[in-house]
Amino acid sequence: MGEFKVHRVRFFDYMPSAIRAMAFNSHTERLALVRADGALEIFNFADHYFQEKVIPGQDGRAVEALCWVGQRLFSAGLNGEITEYDLENLRPRYTVEAYGGPIWTIGSNKQGTLLMVGCEDGTVKMFEILKERIQFQRNLERQKGRIVSLSWHPSGTLIAAGMMDMIRIFNAETGKEMQHDPESREVVVWSVAFLSDYTIISGDSAGKVQIWDGLTGTLVRTHLVTKWDVLCLSVSQDESSLIAGTSEGTVVQFQFISSTVDQQEEEWVRTRTFKNHSHDVRALAHTETAVVSGGMDTQLVVRPLLDKVEKNTQESAMRKIALPHRSLVCCAKKAGLLLFQFPDHLEVWRVGESDGHGEENTHTHTHTHTHTHYAYSALSPCGEWLAYSTVSSVRLYRLQYNNISITKVGCSTLTLLPLFSVSVIVHTALFINTIKCMSELALFFSSSYFQLDKLSIVAIETTVTIYGSVCLQLHCTVPIYSSCPTAIAIHPTTSHLVVVHADQQIFEYSLVQKEYTEWSRKLQKQGLHSLWLERDTPVTHVTFSLKNPAHIILHDMFMFCIIDQSLPLPESKTLLYNQMTLRSLPEQERIRHSHAFKICKNFKHVMCVSLLEDHSLVVVERPLLDMMSQLPAPVRQKKFAT
Amino acid sequence: MAALYEGYTLCGLVPGQTLTNSGIQGIEAERDSDHVVVTDSTRSVTLYKVSDQKPLSSWTVKQGQTLTCPAVYNSQTEEYVVVSDNKVSSDVWRVHCLPGGEPVVLFQRGAVRLLDSLLSAPQQPIEEVLAQEEAIRWSTNIVADSQQFVIFTTEQKGDSFLYLHRLNPNTLQRYRLEREEPGLSPLSFSASYRDKHICLLYLYPNGHVYQSVVSVRGLGGDEGAQALPLPRSLLLGLPVGEGLLEAASAQLLDEAHVAVVGVPHPSAGAGKDFLCIWNTNFQTLQAGKEMAGKIYGQLWTFSNKLFIPHGKTLSVIPYECPKSSLASALGKLKQAKTEGELKQMSCVPSWNNILHGDKAQPSRPAETRKTVSNFIKTKYLNFSVQTAPVEEVQREVEGLLSRADIQDLQPLVGQLASMLVSRSLADPAFYTPSTLAQLVHTQSLCHSVCPDLVLLALERRDFFLCQLCLQFFPDIPEAVTCACLKAFIRVVIKTGEEDKEKSSTPPEPICPVGLHKAVLLNEVLLTAYSDTFLLPHLKDLSSQHVVLFLQYLQFLYLKYSQDASPQMHGLRSPSLTQIMDWVCMVLDAHFTVLVMTPEAKGLLVNLHSFVKSQVRLVSELGKIEGSLQELNKMKVKKDVGQYSIEIIELF
Repeated sequence: MGEFKVHRVRFFDYMPSAIRAMAFNSHTERLALVRADGALEIFNFADHYFQEKVIPGQDGRAVEALCWVGQRLFSAGLNGEITEYDLENLRPRYTVEAYGGPIWTIGSNKQGTLLMVGCEDGTVKMFEILKERIQFQRNLERQKGRIVSLSWHPSGTLIAAGMMDMIRIFNAETGKEMQHDPESREVVVWSVAFLSDYTIISGDSAGKVQIWDGLTGTLVRTHLVTKWDVLCLSVSQDESSLIAGTSEGTVVQFQFISSTVDQQEEEWVRTRTFKNHSHDVRALAHTETAVVSGGMDTQLVVRPLLDKVEKNTQESAMRKIALPHRSLVCCAKKAGLLLFQFPDHLEVWRVGESDGHGEENTHTHTHTHTHTHYAYSALSPCGEWLAYSTVSSVRLYRLQYNNISITKVGCSTLTLLPLFSVSVIVHTALFINTIKCMSELALFFSSSYFQLDKLSIVAIETTVTIYGSVCLQLHCTVPIYSSCPTAIAIHPTTSHLVVVHADQQIFEYSLVQKEYTEWSRKLQKQGLHSLWLERDTPVTHVTFSLKNPAHIILHDMFMFCIIDQSLPLPESKTLLYNQMTLRSLPEQERIRHSHAFKICKNFKHVMCVSLLEDHSLVVVERPLLDMMSQLPAPVRQKKFAT
Repeated sequence: MAALYEGYTLCGLVPGQTLTNSGIQGIEAERDSDHVVVTDSTRSVTLYKVSDQKPLSSWTVKQGQTLTCPAVYNSQTEEYVVVSDNKVSSDVWRVHCLPGGEPVVLFQRGAVRLLDSLLSAPQQPIEEVLAQEEAIRWSTNIVADSQQFVIFTTEQKGDSFLYLHRLNPNTLQRYRLEREEPGLSPLSFSASYRDKHICLLYLYPNGHVYQSVVSVRGLGGDEGAQALPLPRSLLLGLPVGEGLLEAASAQLLDEAHVAVVGVPHPSAGAGKDFLCIWNTNFQTLQAGKEMAGKIYGQLWTFSNKLFIPHGKTLSVIPYECPKSSLASALGKLKQAKTEGELKQMSCVPSWNNILHGDKAQPSRPAETRKTVSNFIKTKYLNFSVQTAPVEEVQREVEGLLSRADIQDLQPLVGQLASMLVSRSLADPAFYTPSTLAQLVHTQSLCHSVCPDLVLLALERRDFFLCQLCLQFFPDIPEAVTCACLKAFIRVVIKTGEEDKEKSSTPPEPICPVGLHKAVLLNEVLLTAYSDTFLLPHLKDLSSQHVVLFLQYLQFLYLKYSQDASPQMHGLRSPSLTQIMDWVCMVLDAHFTVLVMTPEAKGLLVNLHSFVKSQVRLVSELGKIEGSLQELNKMKVKKDVGQYSIEIIELF
C-alpha cells in the first residue's frame, strides 16, 4: 500500500464539559446525560452504548437534574425552568417556568402522572403530566431553606426531601410535612432515596451515607464513606443494591444482604468501592448489570457488576466514553483545511505546507449572535464554504483567505428540520444538506445535481434544504438494519453508499442499482473478523481515496483502517492486525499474507482521519492526558501511603 | 596552574634590527635577580635594573669594532667580560659565566678554556675539536654537583650532535641526536640540571619538543670516541598551524613546565606570536599571551621572568609555575560551587564550632584594597610569610583572600599554603590554623599541591583543618586517609568517656562515639578511595580501634536502615553503600584478629545478620529486576508536539 505522509495534529483543544446529571430509562435502555454546558446526550445501552442523540446546550442554561417519565424526558435547572425535550427533532419541546427560584431537583411518581421539583425558595412544586405539556398542580408545605433532593416513595403517598441540615417527609396527597430527621451540624443532604420498605437513604456533605427508618424518623445506620461530600445516590431497580458517588471520585456500593452467613436479618452492608474518576462523581445510574457514573472529569464510565454479567464477554468489559461518537472535525480535502467545532465557536486551520513542522492558523470564527451552541458544522472541499447548524437554524458562510474575511450568505430558520449532520458539498452551486438519523435510512437525490457533478447529497428520513432551486425526489431507501449507523458516506466516483453501524458492521449499497454491492454481500456472507467486532468504540467517519476508488478509509478512537476492496477479506483464523507481521516479511511474501483491512494503531484518541488530495493523511488526535491536564485540581489526590 | 602576569617593557630594540634579527645578541644575569646585562648585536652593552625598567649604565666599543658574544658578569671579580671581533687567539664562540663560577671561553672549533688560564697565556695553542664542516649552534654552561659543564650542540651535514664538556678534570662526551624528518634541525635548545642528570630540551620546526636526559655520573669514559646515540622522548607535540615553525624557542621552566614562543595558540588561529606555558606532564596549555609585533624566536628566562624581544621592544613577563597536580591542571578545583552548596558546607558541625563556638571562625575584613599587581603582591607576601609573626601573616593572607578575583590567585594560594606548611614544620612555635583553614576554604588547594598539610594538621591535632581537608581535597592518598582515621579513633578512645556523658544520644541505638568524633569519622567515610590501596594501611589499626570503628559503622548502618530519610540527620553523612563498603574492608583487613577477639564476637554476629538481610534484599530485587527494566523501556515514549508531519508505511 505504500508510504503515507501524515499530518499529526494535536492542537484541537476540544474539551468536553463536566457531566452534571443522568437518568437511566430501564425500559428503553437509554441513558440521558446532561453536561455543565447544558448539552443533552442520549446513549443507547442496548446498541453498544452508542451516543445516538445529542442536543447542543445553550449559554446560561445549567441543567441540574433529569427525569424520564416513560419515553418523555424532563429536565430542570438553576434558571428555574422545567424543559421537556423533543427527542425526535433533537431540541427542547417547551419550557415551563416554575416560579420558585433555581430548581435543584426533579422527580416523578412511579405511575408517571406527577412531576415534582425542589426549589430554592423551599417549596416542592407538583406538576401534572399531560399528553402534550405539564401543568402546575400545587405546592407542598413551604420550608425554610432550599430543597436539594427529592425522592418519591414507590407507593406515591410519601415524599422525602433532602434539605440543609435535615430530611423532611411529606404526605404527597395532603402536602403536609409529617416529620423531619434533624442532622447534627451544618450539612447539605445532596441526595435521598425512598425505598419501598419505608427506608430512607441519604448522602450528605459530611461524607456520610445514612440509613433512616422513614416511618419513625430514626437513624438506623451511618456509613462514613469519605472525608468530603457524598454527591449522589442511585438504587437498583430491585432495591438490593445502592451506589453512592463522592467528591473523591469513588463510587461506593452497598448491598442489602445479611452480614453473616447464619444471620437471617438483612441490612445495608458496604461492599465494593470503584475508583474510576479523578474528580467529583456528580451523576450515577444503577442499571441492572452495571454502575454508570460521570462527573467533573467529563468521562462516562460504565462499570459492569461482575456478579451480574458473564465473565470475559464484551458485557463484562469496563467502558470509558471520553470522546463524542461523532465527528467534530471537518477536513477540506482540496484546500488542506481543518474545521474544528467547539460548543461556542468554530476554528479553521491550515495544515503545514511541506515537511516543515509548523501549522498555520488561518481563521477563527466565533459565534456570538445567538446563545445556542453548535450542533453540526461542515466545510466544503475547496474550503470556500462553511456551514453550520444550531438547534434552530442552518447558516452558510463564504470564507476568503487571502485577506481573511467571512461573509454570511444564507440563513434558514429550520423550524421543522431535525438535524443529524451538515455537509457542504459543492462550490459552484450552493448546497447544504442536513441529515437526520434514525434506524431507518431514506435517501433523496437531487437528480439534476447528481448528473451535473456526479456528487450526491444525502438526507435521511425527510429533509434536505437546498439553497438554489433544485427539485427533490425520493430516490431509494436502504434496507433497515437493527443497529444505529455511526458513519455514512457516498463514494464520489462509484456512488456507493458506505454505512458503518454501532455493532461495527459495514454495508456498501449501490445507489445506482439500489441494492447491496457484490463486495458487501461477500462481506456479510463471510462475516467480519471477530476482533473487528470486539472493538468498543464506534467508527465515526468514513472517507475515500481520490486516487484509488477501491480504498475506504474509516477510523474509530484507537485506530484507522484503510479497506482495500480489491484484496481478499480476512478469514476468521487470519491475523487481523497484521501490519507488524507484514513489515517483517520479504516483499514478495507480503501479498500472500495481506488482506483487505489495513489497520494502523499508531494513533490514539483519534478525532478525525482524512485523506487530502495530495494523498497525505490528516490525523487529528486529542490525547486524554491533555484533556485531563485542563481539568481543575481534584479535591483530594490519593498519594502513596497517605 | 602556571600563570603569566602582566608584562612590561624593559627597553626598545635598536634600529639596526632586521626581519630575522631582533638586534639583541644576548641577555645575561648580573649581580642579583633584578639586574640583567643586555648585549646588542653591534657595539653596546647596557646594564638594566629590571623592576625599575631603566638602564643603569652602558658601554660601547669603538666604531669599527663589533661585539661578537654577549657580555657576561663575573661576580667574583665584579667585572664584565666581552669579546670583540671574535679574537683572542682563535675565534671565540661564547664566554659563559655562572654566578659564583669562573668565566669559561668556548671557541668556535669546540675547544674550551677557563678565562683565567687563557688570559695568563694568551698565545697558547687552541685545539680543533669539531670536524671540518661542523659548526656550533648553541651553547650553555651549568654547574652539576659542583662541577662545571659546558654544553653545546653542533650541526654537521644535517646531523646534530651534543657535546658535554666537563672542566677540572676535562672530559668531553659527544652524542648524536636522533634524526627528525629529513631537513629538519632543532630550532632551539634549553638545558637544565636536576637529580644528577642533565636535561636537554629541543624544539623542531614541526612542533615536536623532545627531551633527552644524560646522567652526569657516567661521563668521562672514553674521550673523543664515536658519538653515542642520544635517546630522546617526545615531551610535547605543539600545534604548528600551516607550514613549519621558523622563529620559535622553547625554554624549560621547571620539571613540568615549558615556555614556548613563536608557536600558535591552539585555540587562537594560525598566528604564531604567542607566548605559552605548557605542562609537559599533562600536555595541557597552562597560560598563553599574545605578543604584539614580530617574534624573533628568542627567549631568556631569569628568576621567574621571561625576556622576549618582539616587535620593537624587549618585554619582561613575570610568570609562575607552582607545583601542579592533575586536579589543578585539569582545572577541577576551579569548579565553582553554587552558593547553596557552600552554605550547606558551612553548616556542617565542625570541630571548632563545637568546641569553641564561632569565635575561631575567621572573618573577612570588609576593607577593599587598592589594586596592586599580583606579582608585586606575591613578592611581598612571600617575604612576610617567611619571616613575619603569626598575627601579621594572618592579616596579610586575609587581606589577600578578601579580594574578589580569588580564583585568579590559585597558584598563589598553593604557594602560600606550602610556604606556611614548611615554615610550620620547621618552626614548632609557628602555626596559623585559621589562615590555613581559610586557604583550604578557597577550594583552590589540593593534596598534591601541599602534601604535608594534612599531616601537619594531624601533628598539631587541628582536627578542624583535617576535616576541611578531607572535605575539600579530591586527591588525598589512602595512606593519609588512614592516618586521619587512626588519629580520629585515638581521640575517640581518649576522650570517649566524657563525651558519652555529655552527649544525649537517643537510647536506641546508642552511638558508640561522641558527636564530634562521629562528624570526623563521617568525613573519613566520605572520602574517595581505592580499596587495594587502602587495605594495607587499614591493617595497621589495632584490634581495639577496629572494634570501636566497627561498632560505629554498625550504629550507622542500623540508624540508616531504620530511618527512611537519613539525609535529614546531617548534610554530610555517608550513604548506606559507603558504610557497607567500609565494613567489608575493615573485616577483610582484620578478620582473623577479630575472630580471636572475644569482645568482637557479638559484633560479628550482628554484622553477619546484616549481610544476610542484604543478601535477601538483593535477591528480592533481582527477582523484580526484569520488570523494572521493562518499566525503564516503557518510559522512552517520545513526546509528540502539537503538530508534526510523520511518515507511516502500510503494507
